[in-house]
Amino acid sequence: MSAVAQAAEFADQFRDPVLAKGVSQVATATVLAALVVGVSRLRGLDLERELGVALTRGLVQIVAMGSIVGVLLTVDFVWSGAILLLMIGGATWISKNRGEGLPGVVRVSFAAIAFGAGLVIVVMTIAGAIEPTVRNLVPVGSMIIANSMQINSLALDRFRGELRSNRAEIEAGLALGAPPSAVIAEHVRTGVRASLIPIVDSLKSLGWVWIPGIMAGMILSGENPIYAALYQFVIMAMIFGAGGLTSVTSSLLIGTYVFTDAEQLKEIGDATDDGASGA
Amino acid sequence: MSPEHRKAESRSPSIKLEARELTRVVDGVRIVDSISVRIREFEVFVVVGPSGSGKSSFLRLLNRLDEPTEGTVLLDGVDYREYPPRELRKRVGLVPQDPALVDGSVYENVVRGPGLRGEAVDDRRVETTLRRLGLDGYAERDAADLSGGEAQRVALARTLVNGPEVLLLDEPTSSLDSRAEARVESLLRDLSLTVVLVTHDERQAERLGERAMRLRDGRVERIGTAREVVA
Repeated sequence: MSAVAQAAEFADQFRDPVLAKGVSQVATATVLAALVVGVSRLRGLDLERELGVALTRGLVQIVAMGSIVGVLLTVDFVWSGAILLLMIGGATWISKNRGEGLPGVVRVSFAAIAFGAGLVIVVMTIAGAIEPTVRNLVPVGSMIIANSMQINSLALDRFRGELRSNRAEIEAGLALGAPPSAVIAEHVRTGVRASLIPIVDSLKSLGWVWIPGIMAGMILSGENPIYAALYQFVIMAMIFGAGGLTSVTSSLLIGTYVFTDAEQLKEIGDATDDGASGA
Repeated sequence: MSPEHRKAESRSPSIKLEARELTRVVDGVRIVDSISVRIREFEVFVVVGPSGSGKSSFLRLLNRLDEPTEGTVLLDGVDYREYPPRELRKRVGLVPQDPALVDGSVYENVVRGPGLRGEAVDDRRVETTLRRLGLDGYAERDAADLSGGEAQRVALARTLVNGPEVLLLDEPTSSLDSRAEARVESLLRDLSLTVVLVTHDERQAERLGERAMRLRDGRVERIGTAREVVA
């Protein structure tokens, strides 16, 4: 598609009549949000300014993102890989905060997310579960990457905690002449298990505690509910598969970075404040 | 080094372990500062000194749990950096002050070295070691239920079962009652091993040590016979 055609398509987004409907919905939602601001003022919570800024900022950010996605969806299919790679880069940047203090955290996070999410996206695209179009690959891929990022963050956070609280035990094992990989195997397992708890719980509660967004959206747009349910399961399974691969890769790789060539356990730093809230 | 020290050193028939200008700098502080000492085969060499004098850091360097900033250690005359770290640590076993036992039974802890390396366990050796440390019938006990003194003895058994040639002990009897302490001391005398013992108990240093070294601020203050050093 030429640049002129892309620009025209981008501009068309803002002429779509559905936007008027969207603006009226935003107005209604804003009234409800304003009620919360009013309650805050009445009850002396002193949150009016913060709530106001958060609402405005949220609206601007999400509309900006919608516009960017609109542009991204007009590019050629071959750009999908670059867009997803950029997303993996962003996910690495956010995820590294959780693993702050662990040596090699950026390289490990990038490799783990790229491998876990990338492999699942490629396999499921080849299998036909994800249509090979930008419109499908980018949103579904981003969902898989985002979940891999969260799982990677959880795995790194837990693994760092394990190393810090079990340093004496790990060094006692090394002092016996044991291989580092064997000494930390239990801690790697703990990190992987802990990181997968949220997705396992989501799978267990699927359908009876919550109806996830994609399934709800498909039903609302008139899709066969059984097919919507099946596709939702496919999505959850992809997220689980990508997350599991990411977590295992991340934990195994980081396990090699925490030791020196002489098989000494490196100093493991604490999480920064930024890291505690970064992901 | 004083003539007295040189005399003590020169009596060595066979040097098992030798620290040469061993130094460790952390955050600009020389926590171990140019320590040179020769330790003879089968002797009990004691390291004494006030808290923070670098005793434990010195032991960690001998086991290469930490990397020297300067200097090195010779094991049987060979620079220890030439040995694969696992082989070195198996031969030069460290018993840390914190037993750091893992969840599981006493037996699982005692066989941890060979277990982690995927090697066969010599159950007869385990049984003999536990008996010599007064831990008969402890094999199936949960390690989490042990007293501090019992855990310390299990940590010693864990290193002995690993078959070291040199035993590095960091305050091995600090949590033991007098009876258990006497038993461990008797065992250390009877072992055909080279022992480097860190202790704050100067009486114990005199009882067990043939030679001793006093550290202060990471440096050697004195080396000589145990009696001379603790006097």
